[in-house]
Amino acid sequence: MAKKTFSFYPGCSSQSKASSSNYLTSTQSMCKLLDIELKEIPDWNCCGASIGYAEGGELPRITLSARNLALSEKNNPGMDVVATCAACWLSTREAKERLDHSTQMKADANEALKEAGLAYEGKQNARHMAEVLVEDFGFDELKKGVKNPLQGIKFAGYVGCQTNRPFGIAGESFENPMYLDRLVEAMGGEAVTYDQKVTCCGGALAFSEPEKSQKQIKDIIESAYDHGAEMIVTPCPLCQANVEIYQGEVNKRYGTKFNIPVTYYSQLITVAYGGSAKEAALDGQIIRATRLEEIAKK
Amino acid sequence: MSENYRNNFLREVEEKVEEGHWVKMCMQCGVCAGSCPFGPHWAHPPQEIFMMIRAGKREEVLSSDSMWMCTSCYQCIVRCPRKLPITHIMHGLANYAYRLGLSPKKQPTQQFASMFWNNLAQAGRVNELKLSLGMYFKDGFAQGIKNAMAMQSVGLGMVKAKRLNPMELFAPHGVKDKSGFHAMLKKAREIEDRRKNLA
Repeated sequence: MAKKTFSFYPGCSSQSKASSSNYLTSTQSMCKLLDIELKEIPDWNCCGASIGYAEGGELPRITLSARNLALSEKNNPGMDVVATCAACWLSTREAKERLDHSTQMKADANEALKEAGLAYEGKQNARHMAEVLVEDFGFDELKKGVKNPLQGIKFAGYVGCQTNRPFGIAGESFENPMYLDRLVEAMGGEAVTYDQKVTCCGGALAFSEPEKSQKQIKDIIESAYDHGAEMIVTPCPLCQANVEIYQGEVNKRYGTKFNIPVTYYSQLITVAYGGSAKEAALDGQIIRATRLEEIAKK
Repeated sequence: MSENYRNNFLREVEEKVEEGHWVKMCMQCGVCAGSCPFGPHWAHPPQEIFMMIRAGKREEVLSSDSMWMCTSCYQCIVRCPRKLPITHIMHGLANYAYRLGLSPKKQPTQQFASMFWNNLAQAGRVNELKLSLGMYFKDGFAQGIKNAMAMQSVGLGMVKAKRLNPMELFAPHGVKDKSGFHAMLKKAREIEDRRKNLA
């Protein structure tokens, strides 16, 4: 019996060979090391993300999350739902709030769900993996399992938007959340203080408004460098992708020479807990995190 | 009594726009405008949009590209002293304008948002390859090739890191219960259209 069991919602970008498949691999390794069992929600669907609003509207968008929650209640009873993607978590938790708050919304969503033979009751909470680490384990507890401390590596903890606002981690401030820095420190690394910790990377608009978004990305990376960071770490797959993959574009546009690795907290924990580079999915980095590879189990 | 002072457009927004009933609560402080990452690119920042709604400027609000500048960062929501769910109101206004056919034509975020939804609605999960290609090729084949070539190094890096799969075109991810999924979305849309009188 594992220490903790959750109903797991991996999300589209975490699927095999999708843009954050390295997040999923490292999450699975991290959970094994922490004795967390993840039971995937069978046949889960896309949450609609935030950008789904334009075509999807309100009820169809919320119904997407209601279907996932209904599938979870039916197949993984008695557990909390845990998501790793910031947008998946936000959409699911937002939908749950609306469904539980409004009897009409709930009735309407259930009328739609009936077409798929499902029903939403509202029995389970929707949590982010970072909440599980901070609230169910805590930094002192997490510290105990460290075998290969990330000594001497300076990280810029990039929290970004959607794991931070509008819900965030309980007890944290929206302007300067500290949990990611504490997590870095618990793993033996050093968290730098910099001023773009909660700046938006442009989100989905990195696609539709590349110029405006790349200005955001430039500001984030520049500040991380200016404050001595040699690596960025984030809890959000879109933050990770945008800040990592567009560095070449930013360099072309601004004449900068950015080349900073952008990693997930799950990769840090996996490496610090004695996992290999492969288990931490460090082969999924486009900008190699060589300092982590050096520390990872050979 | 206060009902008498409300213009038609404010009433329309309250009835038909997601979280539209909050619009009357804005006190015009402008914290939303100052907090928005794309703030300088909004022709009318949120507090101005709210005032325009209250002033009955229907055409100007619904045809504005301002709401389409929202990155969904939620900064405005957490900072608003009156606790207006500004992000959702902006999404709601954008969706409403789009449904009425009043949103600006060829607005890139509107195009991307539609593509995103249609992509996920088809298989139940997002096909990142089709989504990227769709965005590159939205302005025609020649422009698409140009865009794809320009982004070639990004794409190849992703493929090399096993984070983009060329085979997604032929064997995409998706839900198993497609018929149930499609019927559910169709029904949800029907109900929403009925409730908001949009059909």
